[in-house]
Amino acid sequence: MTQPAQVTKPLPEADDASKPFWDGAMEGRLVILRCADCKAWRMPWRHHCDQCLSDRSTWEQASGRGVVRTFGIMHQKYHPAFEVPYNVTIVELAEGPRITTNLVGVSNADIRVGMPVVVDWERHSDITLPKFRPA
Amino acid sequence: MAHALRNAGAISGLGITPMGRIYGKSATEFAADAVRAAIADSGLKHDDIDGLLINAGITGNIGGGITLGLQNYLGLKNLRLLNHMNAAGSTAAQMVQYATMAIANGMARHVVCVFSDAPLTEGSKTGAAYGGAGRIAPRPRGMAGLYAAAGYFGANTGYALAAQRHMAMYGTTQDHFGIIAVGQRQWATMNPMAQMREPITMEDYHASRWVIEPLHLLDCCLVSNGAVAVIVSSADEAKSMAQPPVYIRGMGQGHPGDTGRAGNDAETETGAKIAARTAFGMAGVGPEDVTQCQLYDCYTYTVLVTLEDYGFCKKGEGGPFVEDGKLGPGGSLPTNTGGGELSAYYMWGMTPLSEAVIQGRGQGGDRQAKNDVILCTGNGGTLAYHGALILSPHAN
Ligand SMILES: [Zn+2]
Repeated sequence: MTQPAQVTKPLPEADDASKPFWDGAMEGRLVILRCADCKAWRMPWRHHCDQCLSDRSTWEQASGRGVVRTFGIMHQKYHPAFEVPYNVTIVELAEGPRITTNLVGVSNADIRVGMPVVVDWERHSDITLPKFRPA
Repeated sequence: MAHALRNAGAISGLGITPMGRIYGKSATEFAADAVRAAIADSGLKHDDIDGLLINAGITGNIGGGITLGLQNYLGLKNLRLLNHMNAAGSTAAQMVQYATMAIANGMARHVVCVFSDAPLTEGSKTGAAYGGAGRIAPRPRGMAGLYAAAGYFGANTGYALAAQRHMAMYGTTQDHFGIIAVGQRQWATMNPMAQMREPITMEDYHASRWVIEPLHLLDCCLVSNGAVAVIVSSADEAKSMAQPPVYIRGMGQGHPGDTGRAGNDAETETGAKIAARTAFGMAGVGPEDVTQCQLYDCYTYTVLVTLEDYGFCKKGEGGPFVEDGKLGPGGSLPTNTGGGELSAYYMWGMTPLSEAVIQGRGQGGDRQAKNDVILCTGNGGTLAYHGALILSPHAN
């Protein structure tokens, strides 16, 4: 009899387009795409700017600071690798764009909208994920 | 001068299948049941149908949904108008809009608009089709993988986060959501088609399990197998058909998107704001004239924020607006009088539309509410797509 394979959380895998983001994360730098024409930040990765439709861009390092825009505490077991309850949080970065993440270093009961947070890196063997903790 | 499309069209037929955990039929077969019922209801003949607009529901995404092949299954061979439409929960209202525009311009006479879905299989978890976790790759590619890595699953997450933002910005409370759930269940007790007909109390609401805070189970819509079809005809033709016409007095859409871009308030400002201007303008009415609402209610919060964006109260005051129970039976603004998606059945935008047609005809029985001006809405994505109809039994 074979044992069922251990289910792990779905860890993203870098593709060519997003490689600078993941390379930056490995080095502990939050690097985001920015429009080379109108300077709007692009999050998540996309070929065209959603403000001016330019397809020219650069990767720039963001401050890694932001505030909790909103959050929820998940109780429903959708995926076997996630222990419930856990928080799902949208952080509004100081630069403006928003990132979907989890807060660490704070109990779910203490999370508040507007709370200042700073990026905190969760390292896996071949990928590093941006999580956030209270600043 | 009144808008050319004001009262140009009317809903002349309605077909609703049994709803819920109904097994043994495909989405195509449910659709055929609903279309047959709508044709019979309207008094038309099969050959009179010259337009078909379809919306597949979640099975359109996950497999098994209705396709353009429905035309052949239904044996329709005189079609002058055909399309498979999808703007998520706003589609039902939109199908009626495009049908009305086509009819008003001589492109078709009698257009069937049908929604059908069969996401529930025997033994399946109710929310499985919508959660999406089962379809996530072990290694999602690129930055889109940040969602799955954070455990952001399905529609429940997006709406919980939107509701939380509203609570933080405006002081909206769990009690405000609860009164909506309780009121709609009261309505559902009077709807023989409703899946959930046992009354609930505020205590029941607060005791219902968390799905994702701040959403309890009783904040979330049902999932249903079934189908609904409506027929749109010209207002002139509808006057001499079998059923009392429900006139389409105003129509509008609003799609603010959900770009997550800096400065956008997609959680708390919805497409209803845009749609309201067009629909109220066409109808020549305002929120003060609306006698009942049939609002898309995928979540209790959707009802609350939609009321704000139609101007029934100021932005942020949706909670205090609903807390006296005015949406429930006996209240001053009867809303979701069939129980809605929370308590009756989840047929995307066809849930509010089907109840609006029943109410517009005066066929609501014990739950019949004042029907002079009915606001009927559809909403999709995470508050990203919105469709509006203003319906009335009167053509003036
Ligand atoms: Zn740009």
